Amino acid sequence: MTMTLKNIAEALNLVVRTGEDLLERTVTGGYAGDLLSDVLAHARKGSVWITLQTHTNIAAVASAKELCGIIVVNGRTPEETTLRKAVEEHIPIMVSPLSTYDVVCRLCELGVKNREGV
Amino acid sequence: MKEYKADLHIHTCLSPCADLEMSPRKIVSEAKRKGVQVIGICDHNSAENVPAVEINAAREGITVIGGMEVTSKEEVHILALFGSEESLFSFQEIVHENLHGINDEKLYGEQVIVNEEDEVLGFSNKLLIGATDITIERLVDLIHEHDGLAIAAHVDREGFGIIGQLGFIPEGLPLDALELADPSKRDRIPRGIRLPFITSSDAHKLEDVGRRSTTFLMKTVTTAEIRRCLSGVEGRRMRI
Repeated sequence: MTMTLKNIAEALNLVVRTGEDLLERTVTGGYAGDLLSDVLAHARKGSVWITLQTHTNIAAVASAKELCGIIVVNGRTPEETTLRKAVEEHIPIMVSPLSTYDVVCRLCELGVKNREGV
Repeated sequence: MKEYKADLHIHTCLSPCADLEMSPRKIVSEAKRKGVQVIGICDHNSAENVPAVEINAAREGITVIGGMEVTSKEEVHILALFGSEESLFSFQEIVHENLHGINDEKLYGEQVIVNEEDEVLGFSNKLLIGATDITIERLVDLIHEHDGLAIAAHVDREGFGIIGQLGFIPEGLPLDALELADPSKRDRIPRGIRLPFITSSDAHKLEDVGRRSTTFLMKTVTTAEIRRCLSGVEGRRMRI
């Protein structure tokens, strides 16, 4: 079954901060990480990214890696500059009160999984 | 102008992760032994041991630049170096207002505040290894509002370095310099960064004091002169 950001946002009750009009994007996998250099090195195109970072650079990194969207965890508030950058870069940012682990567990239950061996 | 050998990033026993023998007297005598003329005292998110180091350093003809290694909200380490104790402690007040939690000595280590005789005055109970809730942009602005130098610490290290944490240096962030933990790793830093590089020891134990240093060619030792050196004003230079 194809999973979209909209499906995820609804299932996890995410607060959509940017990219409301981009939620039909297909989620092809996931990556969790807070060291942006690591995300730049390892995240795969089309993945949803789960992080606690809220700095402006998250929008740039997501755009550079062609990630489909960002879930900010622990109810953290993205900076205004981050939201502006995300709008410019067409990156949906969604916020969850849950921790990274719990968000990942929920995504897994929904069937969001990386293709094995890739 | 004169050359000054400077190690601008030295911890004291106030940092929970530093050796207890990092006392003001011992740091100064180790710096003297190694021919370091300028020392920057940068404990994590706190500066209480700066005055005790200054008293000892003055006796030995060594100049202290008082500062701290602040942890931003993004967990990036930024060195903040100030020209006066007044600026330093007014800056510290803001950092402490934005630093939450209580230290657990058993888990993280003791945070010893000492006097110039290396006698224990007390312990900081703040969670100095924690992160402030000050964004990196605000932090750099705050340092400049207090006439300080803002230097991104150990940019060649992944943990707590600005490039590791944030992927790249945010455009337009007005840093004064970047610190390399290991100058031989300079080529790991992306090209096109137009900021001066310094290197320093980040000493947490005595033998590391002065292990790395930056030599500044300048008129006197002040943060204002170091700032001019970093931008090469009127023949001032530096080398790592």
